[in-house]
Amino acid sequence: MGRIEHLHPAIEISGLTRYFGKVHAVDGIDLTIEKGGVYGILGPNGAGKTTLIRMLATLLHPSSGTARVLGHDIVSEAKAIRKLVSLTGQFASVDEDLTGLENLILLGRLFGYSFSQAKSRARELLDGFGLMDAAKRQVKTYSGGMRRRLDIAASLVVRPELIFLDEPTTGLDPRSRNQVWDIVRELVADGTTVLLTTQYLDEADQLARRIAVIDHGKVIAKGTPTELKHSVGTRVLRVHLRDEKQKAGAKDVISLIVNSEISDDTDPFQISLQVESTMQASHIISALSNAGLDVAGFSLGQPSLDEVFLALTGEPAGKEKDS
Amino acid sequence: MSRDIQTKTATKSPGEAKNSSIQSILSAGTRPKEANAFSASVTFGWRALLKIKHVPEQLFDVTAFPIMFTLLFTYLLGGAIAGSTGEYLQYLLPGILAQTVVMITVYTGVAVNNDIRKGVFDRFRSLPIWQPSVLVGALLGDAARYTLASSIVITLGMILGFRPEGGIPGVIMAVLLLLVFSFSLSWIWTAIGFIARSQESLFFLSFVILFPLTFASNIFVDPQTMPGWLEAFVEVNPVTFLVKAMRGLMHGAPEVEGIGVTLAISAGLVAVFGPLTMYLFRSKK
Repeated sequence: MGRIEHLHPAIEISGLTRYFGKVHAVDGIDLTIEKGGVYGILGPNGAGKTTLIRMLATLLHPSSGTARVLGHDIVSEAKAIRKLVSLTGQFASVDEDLTGLENLILLGRLFGYSFSQAKSRARELLDGFGLMDAAKRQVKTYSGGMRRRLDIAASLVVRPELIFLDEPTTGLDPRSRNQVWDIVRELVADGTTVLLTTQYLDEADQLARRIAVIDHGKVIAKGTPTELKHSVGTRVLRVHLRDEKQKAGAKDVISLIVNSEISDDTDPFQISLQVESTMQASHIISALSNAGLDVAGFSLGQPSLDEVFLALTGEPAGKEKDS
Repeated sequence: MSRDIQTKTATKSPGEAKNSSIQSILSAGTRPKEANAFSASVTFGWRALLKIKHVPEQLFDVTAFPIMFTLLFTYLLGGAIAGSTGEYLQYLLPGILAQTVVMITVYTGVAVNNDIRKGVFDRFRSLPIWQPSVLVGALLGDAARYTLASSIVITLGMILGFRPEGGIPGVIMAVLLLLVFSFSLSWIWTAIGFIARSQESLFFLSFVILFPLTFASNIFVDPQTMPGWLEAFVEVNPVTFLVKAMRGLMHGAPEVEGIGVTLAISAGLVAVFGPLTMYLFRSKK
């Protein structure tokens, strides 16, 4: 029995759907997520990310299909799942009228701690998340970043095996976003599995070991961030030459290094191509210089979510499909 | 120890300070034996009391209504019905107390439903607890509000000349019976709150139900003075039984039938609307 416990993946989803009337929020998802690390669900607004998370967190019944979380069925074994997972929803899932301290004591009590145990646990968490100064203030006075941190702290009152983070950094300033990222990395280092949804490729790239891209309730691509970016033609290197006559020579030099297609820009001074890594890009730049070609400038672009979607689906992110 | 971490957060990069403490936090989060249904309900009741502490404005309905109702009906009807307000008050007060609290139960439904629409309920619903405790606790917290409303009505009544012959025990028993009935009645509003399209429609529906229930009762006048068809309705109105029982208890002549029927109706309301509310709660989108 104990061995079987270790064998099952964190999440196994098969043919999962959820319809709201005519809207197919989740439209047949099959996905297996192994234990450990961050698994990213990437998709635009309305792709079905939150609906999927809510079903996995046992808040919503599927219309059809099945899913197992840590080996338990999301419908028939909901209570077993609730003992093992934590959910941090897209909208602050803490009570705004209560103080930070009261919120965490409340959850501690609900998990079965005595009042004094719950209180000392709450203090530990507030301390660790840098919220001790705000412990006795109502949550409605917190900044977005503080609220998020409290929200995540609330998910850790009792250590979960799996934590769902639904768009944890949406609407945060860069500094708060970095703080949340640090927290997520720490959770993972400690062996917790994190399922994270995000609209930002950058975020998925920073944190996730594997990513599934979903759109219109379906998985349209999955893999490691590198694989995904590669399939998208992730990085676009643009080289600007000082002399347009050197363009042909430059193309020859580049084609010796990479065999990806070199496109002729409308700009006669510019060449652009897809590269696999920053290293390869710098290799190309130095090769051009060594060949005596005059590089006026270059840029290396990260694809945006829009570009990812454009590459994967041929249409911009979140575009309404006629059905 | 805690000071130590605080200083670190202030001086070093925030990420670094947090990393070390988050590790220790995680390892400290051992799972206790889970909270039982009773302690989870009490915890949610505590939450409701904390909300009153932080948002005292929500006590407006349980303070203003009782004062308004008691003064208005005592002086409006007292002279006409009983010849003097002092005498009428002995008859009216138990009833006006019942009417006040029964009317307030609607706000409970509205408040609980507003609360449920917020993100925090997603967290509660994802916890391994007895799910109805979320609502039971909220309603227990409301019992505190009803108690406050009751104290206001009784205190005001005493000032105006109400003299309960049943003494303090009688008054307490009457209030307890009222709390049981109101707690049970609240489940109707929590259930309707899930179905109603808007708060306005919930309020409208509640008035359609509550106006006949409270006015077509024995609260203001003796049913024997009414036309036969109305008297027939009043005689089967649950509020009539409640008020009969409360009058009996307050005036030192407990009336077994009224108490029994009130308790039976309360049990019935919970048995029907409790599960219905929970069903709607669980299937919420």
